[in-house]
Amino acid sequence: MEFFIITGIKAALVAFVLLTTAAYLVWIERKVLAHIQLRVGPYRVGPHGLLQPLADLIKLVTKEGVLPAQVNKFYYLLAPFLAVALALVSISVIPFGKQVEVFGYKTYLELANVNLGILVILAISSVSVYAVALGGWASNNKYALLGGLRSSAQMISYELPLALAIVSPLLMCNTLSLREIAEAQAGFYFGLIPKWHIFQMPMPQLLAFIVFLIAGFAETNRVPFDLPEAENELVAGFHTEYSSTNFAAFFTAEYCNMVTISAVATHLFLGGWNPPLPEVISNWIPPAIFVGFSLLAFYHATQTSPTRPWDKYTFPVLGVVLLGLAGIFTLPLLRDALTPLFWFAAKTGAILFLFIWVRGTLPRFRYDQLMKFTWTFLFPVSVVQLLATGILVAIVN
Amino acid sequence: MADYETLVELAEEAGEPQAGTTRRMTLNMGPQHPSTHGVLRIVLELDGETITKAVPEIGYLHTGIEKQCEVRTWQQVVPLTDRVDYLANLSNNLCYCLAVEKLLGLEVPPRAQFMRVMLTEITRINSHLVWLGTSALDVGAMSMFFYCFREREEILRLFEFFSGQRMMTSYFRIGGLALDAPRGWEKWIDKFLKVMPSRLDMFEGLLNENPIFKRRTQGVGFISLQDMLDLGVTGPMLRGAGLKVDARKDAPYSGYEKFDFDVPTRTENDVYARYLVRMAEMRESLKIIQQARDGMPGGPVTADAPKVVLPDREKMKTEMEALIYHFKIVTEGFRVPAGEVYQVVESPRGELGYYVVSDGTSKPYRVFMRTPSFGNLQALPTMFEGYPIADSIASLGSMDFVLGDTDR
Repeated sequence: MEFFIITGIKAALVAFVLLTTAAYLVWIERKVLAHIQLRVGPYRVGPHGLLQPLADLIKLVTKEGVLPAQVNKFYYLLAPFLAVALALVSISVIPFGKQVEVFGYKTYLELANVNLGILVILAISSVSVYAVALGGWASNNKYALLGGLRSSAQMISYELPLALAIVSPLLMCNTLSLREIAEAQAGFYFGLIPKWHIFQMPMPQLLAFIVFLIAGFAETNRVPFDLPEAENELVAGFHTEYSSTNFAAFFTAEYCNMVTISAVATHLFLGGWNPPLPEVISNWIPPAIFVGFSLLAFYHATQTSPTRPWDKYTFPVLGVVLLGLAGIFTLPLLRDALTPLFWFAAKTGAILFLFIWVRGTLPRFRYDQLMKFTWTFLFPVSVVQLLATGILVAIVN
Repeated sequence: MADYETLVELAEEAGEPQAGTTRRMTLNMGPQHPSTHGVLRIVLELDGETITKAVPEIGYLHTGIEKQCEVRTWQQVVPLTDRVDYLANLSNNLCYCLAVEKLLGLEVPPRAQFMRVMLTEITRINSHLVWLGTSALDVGAMSMFFYCFREREEILRLFEFFSGQRMMTSYFRIGGLALDAPRGWEKWIDKFLKVMPSRLDMFEGLLNENPIFKRRTQGVGFISLQDMLDLGVTGPMLRGAGLKVDARKDAPYSGYEKFDFDVPTRTENDVYARYLVRMAEMRESLKIIQQARDGMPGGPVTADAPKVVLPDREKMKTEMEALIYHFKIVTEGFRVPAGEVYQVVESPRGELGYYVVSDGTSKPYRVFMRTPSFGNLQALPTMFEGYPIADSIASLGSMDFVLGDTDR
């Protein structure tokens, strides 16, 4: 019984956190892109457009869900459901932090402690191709069909380098559990360089990390691999015909997948929740960051400009909230539980930022170039990298 | 160009699907599509993702401007020419004014000529910036669009400063300019000339050596030089194929022979070559603007032709003739001697020609516009067929057409 209650609470919490993250990821993406592109981004709804995700959600849900003529209704409605369900399921095997004790119960900060976690994620990401392919096929729209076809081909091709890139860190840890992989990366060389897999001696996994990231971009259909929804060619690709909640489902799924891929990359290569510096220093970094940002907020509160009349109210509130967070991170009891979470979130956030940054910078590949890129470059590179790692692991052990 | 019958024929040719046979897919691209830059419809026949047949269909933006010209007085046509090619409005103004001035035998004073050259070159940069932003957006480089439009905004402000209008300036009039340039115009031009080269460097830094951009554009959109000449393609597309044609050099007008500039060409004849040609043209335009700004002569900006050019307000209050001419010009317009003339200017898109016929009345008998977009669009089927959809988008961007210019 206890197990069910705890799991229920955790499931609700994880779903809530993930969906909120996805929603605010959209906000962050729009803001970052806007600033790259000399724009302001969402600004009207709430302070600095912070309520924009909510407004988008309300808009999408209250819109009429159009069912185009002569679609295959079952598959048409199955596709978005599949997309969002699989995106939510795959996060369940990702651990967020160390074991914590809440009201006397010891529990892991993850939904399911699967000892084959990484395989589950790979399996689910393979199945999610169906969502896109079905959505494109069932829409009775030629643009959607082309988008769906492109997407299936792309996702299947990129699965291979993705999987190969994952194998190298697995070889080094000799486990398939994400928790154990993360725990294996604790510690420092010479008390300074973290034992993350990208710095791991004698075989740094930097190459595997890059291959994984590129394949991850393709897997989540992001620029420069956003061919399935290449706006200038295929209008909106596989979700051209989708509207209302169905579209929202695809949209959410895309952003949840981004979060999942980033979290997996963090665990496999960036040492999970392990801090980048020895704990003596790194324990003080989160409070220092929060204090710094709150000072920045207070400073901006004094610099009110006539075009932003609300700043003198919103910024002090933000500053106080940030100070409070800094305070929380200095309490020894909470610190031990929260600091790993902080590092995990920070690393995942950094990779997510990279996703957005690339979108603001790079043009899009052509379809055949994309396939050529994976089969003639990415695939051989990952094979060579895997061989090298394998040989080294065999020698060292 | 496809009409309804050919489309029906295409559909009938395709026929009903039969089991066990493969059939090509017909895809209707446009008239509402993110990459057609307006309302162009292209009916594509696809074999997988490869285009086997492309039939462009124009006419969704038909404005009837040529016909409208026949019921306006000579001067009233100028604002209409703005709206033909709304990205190169001053080139159109210039071409029409030059044609009518030729019929009238008017000599435009040097200051007006220099102003015209300077502003048409700024128009060229304006048009190329819009082209650069949109065609980069087509291949997926989203941010370029916003960077280009920042520069374009500065140009539009410049136009507003000169003429009071951002886009539909109508600044050139038959016999000169609408007004002399406002005080302090040199400062605006200097500011523009100072900022623009560094911005061009930035654009080139972002795109020139970008491997993805190069892969998307090199070797794409090829069409042989002979085909281009047969189809009537002009402008940067021809120059991208190595043919050095430019009306500013070949048939100088408005005093272009006094300016020192090069006509950039490339020989690769692909989308990337057209991109490089246009980037180089912007730099050449900057050179011309600099020369025009430095050597700007003084004097009046309208020709000494009281029957054509509106008199000063001051003169109207003191001289009876001025008042009479003002009344005549405003109420019935001026008469143009019977005859016909064909005037060519180099618009940002290529050879822009106005064929103007006068029957001696105060309204044009016929104004025919040989617009570059229409000619360039003829290359579409040849450039599309045999290439994948993604390439067709890049080639479409490289043609740089304006639909208003195509359907006039």
